[in-house]
Amino acid sequence: MIVAQRKNIPELLAIVEKHKKVLLLGCGTCVTVCLAGGQREVSIIASALRMAAKLKGRPLEVEELTIERQCDNVFLEQAAEAIKNADAVLSIGCGAGVQAIAERYSNKPVYAGLNTAFIGILEERGVWAEKCAACGECVLHLYGGICPITRCAKKMMNGPCSGSREDRCEVNADRPCAWQLIYKRLKEIGQLDRLKEIKKPKNWRPSQSGGCRQIIREDHRV
Amino acid sequence: MKTEVFEPKIVAFCCHYCAYSSADLAGVTRIQYPPNVRIIRTPCTGRLETEYFMKAFENGADGVLVAGCLEGGCHFVEGNLCAKRRVNYTRDMLEEIGIEKERLRMVNISAAMARPLADTITDMVETVRKLGPSPLRKSKVQSPSGSAKATPDKQSKVQCLKPKVLTTNC
Repeated sequence: MIVAQRKNIPELLAIVEKHKKVLLLGCGTCVTVCLAGGQREVSIIASALRMAAKLKGRPLEVEELTIERQCDNVFLEQAAEAIKNADAVLSIGCGAGVQAIAERYSNKPVYAGLNTAFIGILEERGVWAEKCAACGECVLHLYGGICPITRCAKKMMNGPCSGSREDRCEVNADRPCAWQLIYKRLKEIGQLDRLKEIKKPKNWRPSQSGGCRQIIREDHRV
Repeated sequence: MKTEVFEPKIVAFCCHYCAYSSADLAGVTRIQYPPNVRIIRTPCTGRLETEYFMKAFENGADGVLVAGCLEGGCHFVEGNLCAKRRVNYTRDMLEEIGIEKERLRMVNISAAMARPLADTITDMVETVRKLGPSPLRKSKVQSPSGSAKATPDKQSKVQCLKPKVLTTNC
């Protein structure tokens, strides 16, 4: 899932500074799961914004709405009326959601209320960790399902770097060494021989080097 | 100028298994505490979400007290520990907003601790009394439509008095 984190309240207040009626729009998918932009967070942030604005003596009306998915036009339709009635939209969906609204409602200011951080999973209660860099050419099959691009601080394709201490990364001692994990995992599944093969430098062309990426499925086009 | 006495309005979320029972016990044993608290019984403090505290402040509370079981003594094992983390998160958020974090407090009380509960409530009331009315009640705001919608500025008229006491079973 996409993991995000809310911006702080003074920053949010500054973002909607020019507007008197703002729609705070939540998203019921990834950002709900990572406790950043779901229905509950909409309620909390709306209250916080109203109180912060009141303390500054600023008139601010904050409408609250959460839709199932902001990055999908079908679901965005449910917010059409509320978006129309507001001066601006403060979206607490991910960056894709914010842009989907901006594209669909060209005459309405749309702002991001979250900092979209990464693609990751819940590691333990209240802790999310990055697991995928969306590099466009997955190599997980070579490394026992542990991504050296995302989880090795040096993005080493042929590791380890020999800087790790015990099983900790030398760049960040709070995190495990990805190559230690890869070794253990490959050993457990009996595929250690994969490490004997020297991997070529990674092809970064499918990554973000060429700007905005697109996937086209002709079989699904109309 | 007419002088108004500031009496803090405090919302107290009390766990059914401990603080609420100790408030009951305080009543039975005629232990007195200030009448400024409005007690809301909750099945466990773990049931409380950040939005509950935010809504309490938004709707005019001067302070919010969360009273849960002693650590290690939660009926639902760790509800009070969840509440403690949420209270700390909300305190930080209140600071971001511009509200003193001392207005929100969590305490751990067992069902037998009627006197400590009364003392805690008195202390909370005194803390909020010193802080004055919620800044939200003090601020003047125009409604978005442009018409003046001013809340009275009570701070200049506030006179702090000693707390009144009330027998809880009255």
